[in-house]
Order: sequence, then C-alpha cells, then structure tokens
Amino acid sequence: MIEKQYMKDLAKWVMQYALEHGAQACRVSFDAGSGSEFEYRNKQLDKLQQAAENKLGVALFVRNRYGNYSTNRMDKDELKQFIKKGIETTGCLAEDPFRRLPDPSRCYKGGGGDLLLADARFDDIKADDKLALAKAAVEEACDADARIISVTAGFCDGESRHFMADSNGFEGAIQTTFYNLSASVSLKDNGDARPEAYWYDAALQWNELQKTGVGKKAFERALQKLGQRKVKPGKYAVLVDNMNVGRLLSPLMSAMYGNNLQQKNSFLLNKLNEKIVSEKLTLTDEPHIPHAFGARWFDHEGVATAKRAVIEKGILKTFFIDTYIAEKMRIEPTVGSPSVLTFDGGTKNFDQLAASLKRGIWITGFNGGNSNSTTADFSFGIEGFLIENGEITTPVSEMNITGNLLTLWNNIAEVGNDPYLKSPWRTPAVLFDDVMMS
Amino acid sequence: MQQPPFLPPQPSAMLRHFGVTLDDLKKALAAALEKGADYADLFFEHSFENYLSLRDGTVNRASADVDYGVGVRAVKGDQTGYAYVESTNLDDMLNAARTASCIARSGQTRLGGEIKTDVRFPQTRILTSWEDVAVKSKIPYVQTLNDRIFALDRRISKVSVSLNDTTTYVLFCNSEGLCYADYRPMAILTAVCVMEQNGQIENGQASVSQQKGFEFLTDDLLADLAQNVVRKTAVLFDAVKPRGGEMPVVMAAGSSGILLHEAIGHAFEADFNRKNESIFSDKLGKQVCDARITVVDDGTLPYSRGAVNVDDEGVAGQKTCIVTHGVLTSYLHDRISARYYGVAPTGNGRRQSFRHAPLPRMRVTYMENGDADEQDIIAAVKNGVYVDNFTNGQVQIGAGDFTFFVKSGYLIENGKLTQPIKDINIIGNGPQALADITMVGNNCRIDAGAWTCGKNGQSMPVSQGLPSVLVKKLTVGGES
Repeated sequence: MIEKQYMKDLAKWVMQYALEHGAQACRVSFDAGSGSEFEYRNKQLDKLQQAAENKLGVALFVRNRYGNYSTNRMDKDELKQFIKKGIETTGCLAEDPFRRLPDPSRCYKGGGGDLLLADARFDDIKADDKLALAKAAVEEACDADARIISVTAGFCDGESRHFMADSNGFEGAIQTTFYNLSASVSLKDNGDARPEAYWYDAALQWNELQKTGVGKKAFERALQKLGQRKVKPGKYAVLVDNMNVGRLLSPLMSAMYGNNLQQKNSFLLNKLNEKIVSEKLTLTDEPHIPHAFGARWFDHEGVATAKRAVIEKGILKTFFIDTYIAEKMRIEPTVGSPSVLTFDGGTKNFDQLAASLKRGIWITGFNGGNSNSTTADFSFGIEGFLIENGEITTPVSEMNITGNLLTLWNNIAEVGNDPYLKSPWRTPAVLFDDVMMS
Repeated sequence: MQQPPFLPPQPSAMLRHFGVTLDDLKKALAAALEKGADYADLFFEHSFENYLSLRDGTVNRASADVDYGVGVRAVKGDQTGYAYVESTNLDDMLNAARTASCIARSGQTRLGGEIKTDVRFPQTRILTSWEDVAVKSKIPYVQTLNDRIFALDRRISKVSVSLNDTTTYVLFCNSEGLCYADYRPMAILTAVCVMEQNGQIENGQASVSQQKGFEFLTDDLLADLAQNVVRKTAVLFDAVKPRGGEMPVVMAAGSSGILLHEAIGHAFEADFNRKNESIFSDKLGKQVCDARITVVDDGTLPYSRGAVNVDDEGVAGQKTCIVTHGVLTSYLHDRISARYYGVAPTGNGRRQSFRHAPLPRMRVTYMENGDADEQDIIAAVKNGVYVDNFTNGQVQIGAGDFTFFVKSGYLIENGKLTQPIKDINIIGNGPQALADITMVGNNCRIDAGAWTCGKNGQSMPVSQGLPSVLVKKLTVGGES
C-alpha cells in the first residue's frame, strides 16, 4: 500500500504545478486501494485475486472554465504533460461562471476525531484465514440437500486511502477497510428451474465480520424458493425487508440531488418544505456515527458534513446542493450527497410486521424495473413470499409491482425497528398498503 | 482525395509502448505457471478516455481518464488465479504472476515454445484516431446537436449532450506462445431532452455508440439522434400505463433485442452452464423454440459497439449460432468452458479491463429474419402491447425469470396500434418466452444504442437486435 505522506506530497506537487501553469484554482485527490478475493465452489478453490491500485484526480478551474481529469500514471514527467493537456482542454470550453471551489468557511477543518472506519489489523490477517472462511461457508451448505446443484462462497476485503486538497487550503484524508463474506446456493426445482439464493455479511473490522452461518442462511433462503409461482394479480399489502427497501428509496433520494433539480429532472422540484410522503417517514443524514458504513467528515468537495434532517414526518427538509448547483440556481448550498441515512424506527421488528399481515407479499428481492425521474411512476419485477395470516404460504416470482413512488411512500402502514447496518442507508423493513401486483 | 485509413499498431510497437521485451513476457508467464497452472496469459492495456458535456446551452465541462496496467491470469482446470498491477516493470509483473500462480498448488508447468508475434486479427478500420483530434474540433458537433434538438419542438426546456471517446491499446500474450496487439476505438454520443407541456414534465434519452474514430461524428448522425430523442420524449405526454397482467407482446425491430439478451443470452453463457446453474444447462442440442427461429451472437459486425476483433484471451471474433432453426446449438464460450465442453472457444471471453479475468460475455446478439411483415404481426393481436423503447433489463439465470423496462410503446387493440404506453416493467421466463415466439418479422435491425451489460461486477459494451416478433404471453406491469 502506498504511503500516506507520498500521496500527500504528490497531490500537493500536482496542485502547485497546475497553479503555475494556468489554473486559477485547483482540487486534487489521490485514492489508493488494495484488496484480495477468494472464491470456493463446491469444495474447490475456484478463484483468487489480489491487486493494488492508485488514482490521481485533478479538478481544474481555468479562466472561468472547468474540467476534471484522472490518471493512474504517477511519473512526474507524464503528470506534467497530463496537467498541461488538461489546462489546455479546459481553456477551450465555454465559460461557466458558476464553477468555483467551495468557500473555505464551509470546508472541513480537521479535528473531527477518528470515525473508526479502518481496521489497524488489516495487513495482519493471513490469506489462509480468509480462504478458510470461504471454504467453511461452502461446507455449511454443500452436503445439506440432494437437490443442491452448486454452492459458491466468496471472501473479499479491501483497504482504501483517500487524500484531497484544494488551492483554498482545504486538506482532508479518509482511510477505510472492509471485509465481506458471501455465499450463494443453486437448487434443482421441479421442472427446469434452478432457483438461487445468496446471503452475506459485511464489516469494517475483521472482528465484527460474522464468520459462520452465511452458507447455511443462503441454503435456507434457496430452499424457501422451491416452487415459486405467480399469485393472483391485485392490490396487496407489501412488506419490504430491510435489505431491499433501498431500491424503493433510491429514486426518492435521486430526486433530491441538485444536478437533477437544476435539469428539471426531478419529481421533487419545488417541493422543499412540503409534505411529500407519509408522516411515518423521518429520515436523517447522520454522517458522524462511528463504525458506520458511509460515515465521513467531508463530501466530494471537502465541504464539512453535518447532521441534517432529510424528511421529517413526511416533510421534505433538504436538497443535496453542491457549490456549482448552488451558484447556478442561486440557492444556499448544503452538501453534495448524504452520508449515513438513518430512519426513525417503529415499534415492531420484521417478524412482528410479518405476523401482523393477514394477506400480503414479503418482497425479498427485485428483478429489474425502473422509475420515471420526473413523474415518480415505477414498475419493478419482484420475488418473495405470499404471507397469509402471518404465515409464509407460497414463494412468489415473475410478478411486477407498479405505481407511483410518492403514492407508495404515502401509503406506509408501518416502519420496522430493524435498521440495516451493513450499508450507508440504514433502512428498516417497511410495510406498504395497497400496492398493485401483476 | 480519399483519406488514408489509420494504421493500428503492431505487436512490436506495443512491446515498445508498454516498455517490455519478449523475454520479460516469457519470465512473467513462467512465473504464473511455476506452481503447476496449465495455462497463463498477460493482458496489457492502456486506455485514454475523453468526455465532453453540454448543459444549459454551452459545452462547459471536459473530463479525461488515463488507465494503464497489466493483468496476469493463471488457470488450472477451471480454477482461476488473477492479479494485476498498474506498472509494467518486470519485478511488479513477476510479483503479480506469482500471486496468480497460487491457484495451483502442486507441480510446475514449463513454458512451452517460443512466443510468436506474427498472428494478425482483422482490425477495425478507422480514418482518424481520437488521439489526433483536438477538443476544439469536437465541440461544434456537441453544440450543433443541442441546437438541432431545440429546433425540433417548442416544448423543450432542457437539453444535455455528452460525447465520450475512448482509445484502448491492448497487448496480449499467453503460455501457448500467442502474442498480438489490438486497437480499440469506442465513441458514444448521448442526448437527454426535457419537455414541458401544461405543467407536466417528461424526459427522454437517446444514444449512439460505434467503434469508430472521429469520422463517427457526421451531420446525419446528429440529425438522426436529435429526431430520435425528441420523438422518444414527446410521445410520453399522451402515454398511459396499460392494464397489468399476462398478454401478447409485439417486440418492435431493433432494441427489442433486449428480449434475447435477457431471456436467453445470459443463460447461454457457458460458465453458468458448466456450473449447471442455468435453466438451459440440459438443453444443448434440444429444440427450444419454433424451427423458424435462428439466434446468433456475432463478434464480426463492423463498427458495432459489441463487436470484437479478437476477444480478451486470444480468440478471433466470430459469428456463433446459439439457436439454429429452433435448436440450441452452442453456448457462448471462453477458454475455460470450451475446454470443459471439449469444443473450440467461440471468442466470447471478454473482460472489462486489465483489472478483471475474462468471462463468457455476449457481443452482438440478434435473431435472423423470419418471413412475416410487421403489420401482419400487429394485426394478429386482439389485445396486447407493442414495445419499442427500453432502458434496462435483468435476468435470474437459474430460475429463468427475466425482465425489461419499457420506457414507451403502444397498446394494440383489435390488431391496431392505439394509445401510447410508458414506464412499465415486463417479466417472463426465458425458456417459456422463447417457446412462445409465434411470429418472426422480416425486418431485423441491430440497435446502435450505447448498451452496456453487467455481470459479476464487470461492465461490457454489447449490441442487440431483433426483427419484429410476437411473444404470445408475457406479464406486463400495470396499475389496474
């Protein structure tokens, strides 16, 4: 892994060179990463991979014009040519008077403390120990049932370092690690179908990774899928588990981004401080939770992150507005994107929500689909289970849910209390009323 | 006077470009084989990507990326060891090779024979390399496309345009002694249009992608793309959602090839089949659909986004019939699966970059013409939908369930196209949908859009095409 001081020194050299050769302002970032990957299939090592990589990015502000350029060639002579070409290219563009670095008063100034995102033991974990995890995950499942066609389990990990500086004096660094153990199981069903299911665990620290049970859980989920079929079309109560709510939240979040708003490509245009969804939804950006996926002290421009209400009891409280969009739309900047999204949870866990369903669908996965970014209309393929009187009765597949995202999020029956902690979006399970299935 | 074509570099020039000698390649391959792997290859890649973007009337943003490195692969049976470095220094390559070699645990394989650099694969013929084109020469095309779009409809309120050109140099060498160079240009022009009518806002997107040099940009291309994006957006104002449920679906000629890509293409990729995970694993040599249907995956169509001069493990681009007169005749192979099945590789071993080991991937997938006129196909449907504009699709290989998202199309009522429809997902099951194709048109068209296929974390450029076909039953999303 490349040294922190080298990253910092090279980034600053690039910045100085750009400023001396025609850029009026400049932001430089340096990303370095390394990682490994091991995959077992049916008791045999199937794949191993190991690598390290670097990327240097430079954003150039040249006579009211803007361009951004990146390379993994770190030789200084090549970098000189690369920067000069970037300055020349930028100089050919049309003027864009709204491009500028963020005001230094908005940028992170350090002192925020350790967010505990990097495992100090990362280099000490032996390859054989990683291999053993993937092997054990396969072994948990591969002899469990005669209908098993294939079991695959993978371990991957990575370490990344990010350094960023701008010519207004901002400097910031982030270091993170991750570990991931996953398994997938294919079963032979009646007929030709071979349903497949997966499970995984992810952690920032080796000690926090769930090292057993992933293969077994993947097998159990595959077993539940046997006999998948369509159910009668119509309106259903739909329970989306915490791993899958993000798919329904994603278009809502996209509609809050400044770039989409400025291009009129958002169904939330002009909706700030209006009630857009059910009052049961309260969503907060909490960037500074230690040990959290997505936690950070500054965004992609170096702007300091802060706790921020996103949706409060159904009312839209913020857009994600970076410096450029703020200047262009003549509105106050916020932050470029959310960091860690938390939900005000309800009182029931997933099992209690499922038990409360008289007749409904538990969605365990999405299969394709999309939504309209200006109207919020959506149509997604789904799979899951029919739940009747609180019990799973039928595995369901080859069906669509269709509707409007704002209507859907207005039809929240209950929000679960089980936030998904393996993602920057800590989504709980959500139960929606009246969702059209076909 | 005609402009002479651009001459792609030969292996000797690429050896110099990457600063390596044949002796270095031999040493790295030997290191990859030193623990008993039975095959090894080196994939050197240097790519230059440029991006120009227009927002709010002016070309006001440029980006570029340079990527450089070498991937080393060692294969033992169907096991893969892989490592890559962003340097072509011999010591770094040897370290990577030794890491990859660890996939094998016993024995030592010696590098057999000399490396031969005289193999030539036919190269995409271009006139002007993107590397020789100044940004100033590209800007007018981007600007003109914006102006042409605005000129077509007064309801247009926003337009964004982007031009992306990439030039990739590849040097490949394997333990069988094959060494070749490949030159890969790729261009994408994309337009997004936002229109407003009586307070309603809709947006549409259209793109064209070809493996061409600067000659890609022509007045005709700009005119077609402008018309296309405006037509795709304008139709949305009158569009409704159909009633959901099972119904006949007429897939229009062209980008409806997404049906083939999702319903059968992925499931025919031989890695899924050798692992027995595909719903088509037991179907080789069997009748899978009407005898009038022939489906091919073709790497040889000149300039097509998904075509390959040579795949990423040294196998020539070629035309592979995957369904011949209704019979499943071939899977799509990389070297590993070809050896498993005892057949020749089909030139489908592709990788996103030197950071990735190759996998069986589609190239240009399409169905050959049948004999029906499109009008007769539509006339055969009493109540159904006609679909011609798509954004994305997905498939579950084992279960066979596939989907594609229809951005727009039309209702079919009593054999006629009536009201436009939009924003619906269509879902079906691969083998069933294939068997349910009952009419095939005589109007096959390969779509030139910038289609990108995702698999195992790797993105690949692909193309797809179809004549108009009737699928007698698919599940259509809808609200009532």
